[in-house]
This record gives sequence, C-alpha cells and structure tokens, in this order.
Amino acid sequence: MKKFLIRSLLQIIPVLFLISLIVFVLVHVTGDPVTLMLSDTATDEDRAILIKALGLDQPLYVQYFKFLGHLVQGDFGNSFRYQEPALPIVLERLPASFELAISSMVVATLIAIPLGILSATKRNSFLDVFVTGGAVLGKAMPSFWLGIMLILLFAVHWGVFPVSGQGTFAHLVLPAITLGTGVAAEMTRLIRSSMLEILQQDYIRTARSKGLLERIVIYKHAFQNSLVPVITIMALQTSHLIGGTLITETVFSWPGMGNLLIQAVNQRDMAIVQAAVFVVSILVILSNLLADLAYRVLDPRIKYN
Amino acid sequence: MSAPMETQVSPSVLATKSNRPSNLVRFSRQLFKSKTGTIGLFIVLCMVLMAVFAPVLAPHDPAKTNVAKRLLPPVWMEKGTSDYPLGTDNLGRDVLSRIIYGSQVSLLVGICAVVVAGFIGIILGLVSGYYTGWLDSVIMRTTDAFLAIPNILFMLVILAVMGPSLLTLIFVLGVTNWTTYARIVRSEVLSIKERDFVRAARAVGAKNFRIIFTHILPNVISSFIVISTLSVATTIILEASLSFLGLGIQPPTVSWGGMLSDGRQYLATSWWVATFPGIAITITVLGIIFLGDFLRDILDPRMKAKGGK
Repeated sequence: MKKFLIRSLLQIIPVLFLISLIVFVLVHVTGDPVTLMLSDTATDEDRAILIKALGLDQPLYVQYFKFLGHLVQGDFGNSFRYQEPALPIVLERLPASFELAISSMVVATLIAIPLGILSATKRNSFLDVFVTGGAVLGKAMPSFWLGIMLILLFAVHWGVFPVSGQGTFAHLVLPAITLGTGVAAEMTRLIRSSMLEILQQDYIRTARSKGLLERIVIYKHAFQNSLVPVITIMALQTSHLIGGTLITETVFSWPGMGNLLIQAVNQRDMAIVQAAVFVVSILVILSNLLADLAYRVLDPRIKYN
Repeated sequence: MSAPMETQVSPSVLATKSNRPSNLVRFSRQLFKSKTGTIGLFIVLCMVLMAVFAPVLAPHDPAKTNVAKRLLPPVWMEKGTSDYPLGTDNLGRDVLSRIIYGSQVSLLVGICAVVVAGFIGIILGLVSGYYTGWLDSVIMRTTDAFLAIPNILFMLVILAVMGPSLLTLIFVLGVTNWTTYARIVRSEVLSIKERDFVRAARAVGAKNFRIIFTHILPNVISSFIVISTLSVATTIILEASLSFLGLGIQPPTVSWGGMLSDGRQYLATSWWVATFPGIAITITVLGIIFLGDFLRDILDPRMKAKGGK
C-alpha cells in the first residue's frame, strides 16, 4: 500500500512537468505577454524596457527554467487586476467551488443510484425506457441552458429560490441541480449497465437459489459490487465536473474559482489563469489517484503491485 | 474489418457475394429497424439541410434589427404575430431566423473541430501503437497531461492568449480533444499489428509507412467514425458553452450559445429568447447521439457490450 502510494505520487511529477511545459508554450510562445500588458499608447521604447524587465530577451529554455523555478515556489506572478499574488486569490475561491461540486455530486448520487438499480432490475419495462431516455436527454441538454430554465421556472416564475448568489441553502439548490443533472445522467447509465452485467453472474443465481430475499440479493450482492467500476469512472468525471462548475458558476454568479477564471480570461489576467490551471490540474490528478485507491480498497482482488 | 481478407476471395465466394444486397442496402435495412437510429438520422439530415439552405428557409434577415418590434412573443401568445413565429429578441431580430442561421456555426465548428482532433489523434495513436518504445511513452505521457487539464480550462487558456474567433475556436476544440482518438487508435493498433496480414506485409518487405497507412489505418477507421460522431455532439455543446461565456463565436455571427447569453438578460419578461436556442441545441445533440449509438452498434459491436466507453 505504502509502496503503491509513493509510486503513484512520484508518477504525478512528470505529468505536472508536462503541464507546466504546455502552459509555458501556450502563454509565452504562442501568446504575446508584452502586448497583453502594455496599453495602446505605449512606445517602442516602453516595449523594449518591459521585454528586458520580464526577461523575454533571453533564450526560451532559460525563460522556461525561470518560469519553472517560480512555479515550484507557488509564485505565478501578480494578478494585474487585483495587484496581488495570483495563487492566494485562486485558493480563496476554492471552498465555494468545492461546496458546489460536492453538493451536485450528492444530488447526482441521490438521483442515479435508485434509478440505475430500478432500471436494471426492471429491464425493458416502461420505467427502464423512461430512465434511459431521461439519461440521454440529461446528456444532450447543455447545463447552462438547464440552469437558465431552472432560474426561469423556480426563481422568476414561482419565486421559490433566489436567482443567483451564495449564502443560504436555498442559494445552493438550483446550481447543484444544474450541475448534478449531467453527472446523474452519466452515473445512471453506468450503474444500470454495471448492474445488468452483475445480475447475470453465477453468484447471483446461487444467492437467489439459496432463497435469499430479492432485496438482499440486489442490494447486498449485486449493487455493492456494481459500485467498483462506477466509482472509478466517476472519479475520472471530476475533470468534467470542474468544467461544469466553470459554467454553472457563471450562470448563477456563484463566487467560486470558475467565475474568477472566466473574468480573468476576459481580462487576459494571465497570472490568475495560470494559477487556476495548476490548481485544477493537481485536483484532477489527486482525484484520479483517490479513485485508484478506492478501486483497490473496494475490490481486494486487485493487488497493489 | 474484413477488407484485407477480401483480396483473396475464391470465385465461388464471389458468386454468392454478388447475390447479396449491397452494403448500402444492408445498412439502410438495419437503420430502419432501429427506431432511434432512424430518428437520429432524420434529425441530423434536417439540421444539415437547415444549415445549407438557411438563406432560403429563414423568413427574415437574422441580423436585421427592428426596435419597433423588439421582444415580440411567439405566435401562440397574445400579441404574437405569424410574421415572427418564435418571437423576436431585444433588438427586434427574428428568433426563428437566428436559430436557422445558428445551425451553420454549430455544425461547421462541430465537424471541423472533430476533423482536426481526429487527424492529430489518429496520427499520434498510429505512431504510438506501431512503434511503441520511448516515442510511445512520450506520446502517452503527453496524453495523460492533456487529460489532467479539463478541456474547458485548456480552451480558456488558449482563448485568453489568442483571443476569440471562429478559426481559434475550431483550433482550440481540435487540439484539446485529440486524446480520446489517440488512446483508442493506439490500443487498436497494438492488437492489429500482431495480426497475420500485417506480419505478411512486413514479410514481403513493405515499409513501415506503407504498413501503417495502407494496412493498419483502414482497420481503425470504423472506431474513428463511431467516436467522432459522438464527439461532434459534445463539441457542439462545448462551442455553445464558450459562445455563451462570450469567448466563442462573436457577434454579428449568429450562434445558439450567443443567443442564449443575450436572452438570459430578458428572462423575467421574455422567456422565449433564451428557451428556443437551448431546445435547438438539445434536439441537435440528441439526434447526433442517437445516430452515433446506432453506428456504434453496427460498426463496432464490441463497444456496445462495454457501454460505449
């Protein structure tokens, strides 16, 4: 276990290294940071001074190693909108994004587990057709449109929930449903197919022939085992979930990292953009690692080596 | 996948083959047997026709503003007129005409981006699977790094650097979505290159380049068609999301995502401006998913068992 953990953590390093290279190439080679930073009235002289000050006259590999050196210390430079180091600004917004992501996961699980099990056990019934149809629809609907429709009905028309903002539980309901629906659609489909596969296994037939209650066969024997692939694939969905928070936060003016990032992109505040990319990438990598661990804990047949 | 086998068919097999219906006939028979496949094809055809014949179909100029007629409701509501069946937006532009024109951008970006992503992914997948070794390691680790950054985040970085435009959008969607193709093509190549016909080609002295492009490539195309159809659907949603955020298609070009973003500000009084473009996106994406699922069942029955992932 320890060995596995250490090896997995070590494997993260080259991936982070590559991400840093990709970001460096994008920002420093394809983009033009000088033009982004200078005002329209700047002279060629100002330009030359800034190029020298930023060290952009040095060879690319020197620039990259300097960039890497700052990065290891968590220094992404100052945000020119806030005039403060970028990383703390990004980290400050993380809890709000977590709140949204976790509650939408809860919503998704509450919808997906019962529906997935029911549609697998009652295969080809009306309910099954309804659930699988709903799952496809959930996948086809753009989440931001769903969010707008929910605002239209529940906030504007019926006035049950607030239109936007953060604070109370009521503020959380619509964003969590918006983001949770897409995840629920994917999760329901997975639980259903995983359950269908398991229900055909010999040990389920044995459990049934022993005369166990159908409820016990389904929940204790089938469902628990069907979770193994589901959990792995759900963790791989984290990156999808984070992408979803970006848009959902914008729709509901949720004060999370997504909202910050979209503003930063619009204002070309590259320090914030880079810091956010790194924070998110590390989160995604760690959640993949957690999935790997969960997979091994849930299914003891998988060896650590 | 039987293409290489057919080069050596005996005359007796040929005789029976000519009595069999052609591939197209068989394909359409299967298509009409599948309800969702038929619906999917129908929707996709409608969308393509809509995009191509937009100037003929649209009742109004999508960019023509008319302040006197701003925020008119759809025809079935009070004050609605049949001149503007789905109502007008905040500048008095016809919502129906804008939806019809919006299909052009969605399909154009969806298809072009998938072609770009497919091209990069297939080439890297072929090279990685065929040569293995250090090149394979480098390509696969790069894929991991790309997978660790959520696509939308990646797109935002590129858009922040390059600024939004139609070409940038296609480029961005293309270079961020190639990883799926690279992984699947690579895994297919790993098994195909051990098959007898590849060994035979190598034994008669075919060069690597020729083996990759004439023997292996045709055998990975069916998986490519399946994944790329489904990925047109996700690309259309991504394009709409970016345009919604103001980072995709810029006005005056009409896009469904942009329409949604405009309509959002008038939700309290005029629900139709934001509702109809969303319905258009959902129907288009549903059609493509249906068609893609059908193609998957026909072209690659193995993926059906795995649930399509």
